Amino acid sequence: MADWLSPQEWQALALSLRVSFWATLASLPLGILVAHALARWSFPGRQILNGLVHLPLILPPVVTGYLLLVTFGRRGAVGQLLHDWFGIVLAFRWTGAALAAAVMAFPLMVRAIRLAIEAVDPRLEAAAGTLGASRPWVFLTVTLPLILPGIVAGAILAFAKAMGEFGATITFVANIPGQTQTLPTAIYTFLQVPGGEDDAARLVLVAIAVAMTALLLSEWVGRAVARRIAGR
Amino acid sequence: MTLAVALRHAFAGFTLDAAFEAPRGITVLFGRSGSGKTTVVNAVAGLLRPDAGRVALDGHVLTDTAARVFLPPHRRRIGYVFQEGRLFPHLSVRQNLRYGAWFAPKGAAREDFGRVVDLLGIGHLLGRRPGTLSGGEKSRVALGRALLSGPRLILADEPLAALDEARKAEILPYFERLRDEVAVPILYVSHSASEVARLATTVVALEAGRVIAQGPAAEVLGDPDVLPAGAREAGALIHARVAAHHADGLTELDAGGLRLFLPRLARAPGTPVRVRIAAHDVILSRTPPQGLSALNILPGTVAEVRAGEGPGALVAIDTPAGRLLARITRRSAEALGIAPGAAVHAVLKTVSVAPADVGGGPAGG
Repeated sequence: MADWLSPQEWQALALSLRVSFWATLASLPLGILVAHALARWSFPGRQILNGLVHLPLILPPVVTGYLLLVTFGRRGAVGQLLHDWFGIVLAFRWTGAALAAAVMAFPLMVRAIRLAIEAVDPRLEAAAGTLGASRPWVFLTVTLPLILPGIVAGAILAFAKAMGEFGATITFVANIPGQTQTLPTAIYTFLQVPGGEDDAARLVLVAIAVAMTALLLSEWVGRAVARRIAGR
Repeated sequence: MTLAVALRHAFAGFTLDAAFEAPRGITVLFGRSGSGKTTVVNAVAGLLRPDAGRVALDGHVLTDTAARVFLPPHRRRIGYVFQEGRLFPHLSVRQNLRYGAWFAPKGAAREDFGRVVDLLGIGHLLGRRPGTLSGGEKSRVALGRALLSGPRLILADEPLAALDEARKAEILPYFERLRDEVAVPILYVSHSASEVARLATTVVALEAGRVIAQGPAAEVLGDPDVLPAGAREAGALIHARVAAHHADGLTELDAGGLRLFLPRLARAPGTPVRVRIAAHDVILSRTPPQGLSALNILPGTVAEVRAGEGPGALVAIDTPAGRLLARITRRSAEALGIAPGAAVHAVLKTVSVAPADVGGGPAGG
């Protein structure tokens, strides 16, 4: 079974899973915060924030990758700060791939969570307030449990999107086997070589399997959580 | 504890300008929809910031626009019973009931969990989820949740409006028990005359954002000039005591020394009751009526006659049983010479008093 894929292919799969996992987990708190802000708060610049969040969805991925490179690259404004102060380098590292995946998946995650927050009856939150719960407690004890299905759905959607991210990743962190070569960039590499279609086909099957699993998992978890929350 | 409220708040096309006091017991805010009842309750709860006004519980100021005081809802310690219950769907009944206690200050006077559960008869529901409860059960749990949050005041915004008559009859006794057994004042919003008659210790009648009358229930309901629910709904409230049950299915009441016969009440002799007598069920006669099927004939004196805009007139009669209202035609009033000071006999059919119009409790007596 293990030699069904070559070491390079295993590496690409493992890296993709690692990148997607961390991209999803690390962006989740910010995703919930931004979704909550967009759904419930009114503040100046709300539309601008909304546009900014959705930008990666409509920009060509290569543009997003380019912007990441000039911002987070070694000579980029933020990249230099991160390097000088914390010794963190993102460009051409798997962490950079995770950042690219997170940025690309962020709109999908925020959208799912925002819809869930908008579906929560604000009257329940007001009721919690009259029972003595301050705003943060209302969020923790009422809003958060009620939007859990949305959070799960958003996270799985983001994970699936991160697994498939190509354009921004290859632009920002290139395609270095063992470093930044993810499943899609590996498939691309195989297709550049004459006769590489068979190798590519195996990885394509793996990609399909991973995506299907994620989708089914999200359906199942979402339904289980929704049942719990519906109060039956 | 007494709640003192003075509010002014302008909406587009509607201004609320109301001041009243709610002492211990149930104070019913009585008025038609659109009269400003919910606005008052939301302002008391802190869900609405009034343009101007002051809300205080004894000396404890909740809102005072002049002094720029506005306590947020979660620091007011007010138990709000919402019309739709608003139970948390993701928590069990037990967790819903305990939710408020979690946030109550450590030293707060709080109702005992077991006592409230017994009082409301919800012990068998504790492990269930709100989604599986009937409407009446939800209402009781919502009431228990508010009680157990250690409130200094309970607000109930038409808590029965979403229930059918049978469910209402199931919940009303619990509110009666609360009124008589719990020390916190209850501000209760209603547009139902029979709910007011059964529950109210004090009535605050609202019309178009203004308080048109306030005082003890029997006094306000017996005033023909105060008709927040319209003349059709007019009816007086009398306090009586169960005297005896008769074999033919009648219950005899003692109302200020007068006998009153009603359809059988499931209450022991000696129990105090409140009876709402609808104005349109009362017939007036200048002479002691003879050969009439009606069992209840109460002698009295006309206190006030108020001619309505239509063909009707409302007559207030003082009887030994208390103030009664009768809705008759203006033509009859003229023909019979019914005017203040006239001696009349008020006639009431036994069967016209519905069970829903009879409540228990000494309050306001």
